[in-house]
Amino acid sequence: MSNVTSALNGREVTGVTTIREGGFRGMITLRGDLSNANLKKVCKAVTGVDMPAQRGVNMHGESGLAWMSPDELLLLVPHDAADESVAKIDAALNGTHYLAVNVSDARALITVQGKGAREVLARVCPADLRASGLPKGEMRRTRLAQVPTAIWTQDGDDFAVICFRSVAGYVFDLLANAAKTPGPGLL
Amino acid sequence: MLTLECPYCSIQADETELHAGGEAHLKRETVGSLDNDFEDYLFMRENPKGVHFERWRHVAGCGKWFHAARCTMTLEVFGTYSAQTLAPPKDLREKISTKRPGWTWRAFS
Ligand SMILES: [Zn+2]
Repeated sequence: MSNVTSALNGREVTGVTTIREGGFRGMITLRGDLSNANLKKVCKAVTGVDMPAQRGVNMHGESGLAWMSPDELLLLVPHDAADESVAKIDAALNGTHYLAVNVSDARALITVQGKGAREVLARVCPADLRASGLPKGEMRRTRLAQVPTAIWTQDGDDFAVICFRSVAGYVFDLLANAAKTPGPGLL
Repeated sequence: MLTLECPYCSIQADETELHAGGEAHLKRETVGSLDNDFEDYLFMRENPKGVHFERWRHVAGCGKWFHAARCTMTLEVFGTYSAQTLAPPKDLREKISTKRPGWTWRAFS
């Protein structure tokens, strides 16, 4: 029996801005008609939060819902609840055109916390990461250097980054390097 | 740096977040098409100095394909619009006409 391990085993580099691998998180990709009443209902039942607006992310503890595209949501749940959540979605949407997949172990979660987090991210990202460009509660799909990522902040100061597990080491090193020196304090 | 607004997620995406998809509104020729039409479809492309229509994909963002109208000479972007259409929307064509009177592009003007 092999043990479940997260991408980077909780690796962290502490400093003014601390980069930390976020450990286990259940993630479910759901594609379908986001206006469908059954879909909204089961998403709320599984995550406990309401459907977000365009680019929005609603969180409650470890669980949440993120708008990823006009026909795609990312459901965040505790890691051990992912499979049962997919089963609930399958039961609720049986007969409609949709796709729900547990992608938890295909993804990695990395947190960027502390002073200067926006500047650390902005050093490796083409997106507008000012508070006006990426306000709290918004999921920004973009790239960090060479790889696609999704970035959001719940409180406006600390950030979470989702990337593919296969590039978790790359993204971590990138952010750790960007956090080595303090930024000019503009963001 | 080219910046296009993705019509699906409303992000102002710079070109490094996008992938260029070539000319817009191509009609796909297929089995039964005339050889000349098939050749045009495969090889012949517009190369205008001025108003141009292209396909782009928000590849590092929401992942959706969309259309963009821009000027190849000044890089001015006239607008972006849905991929689920066979022609540029009327309001966009009128907007281009106010800026580039008399423009034509393939069958559009
Ligand atoms: Zn987009």
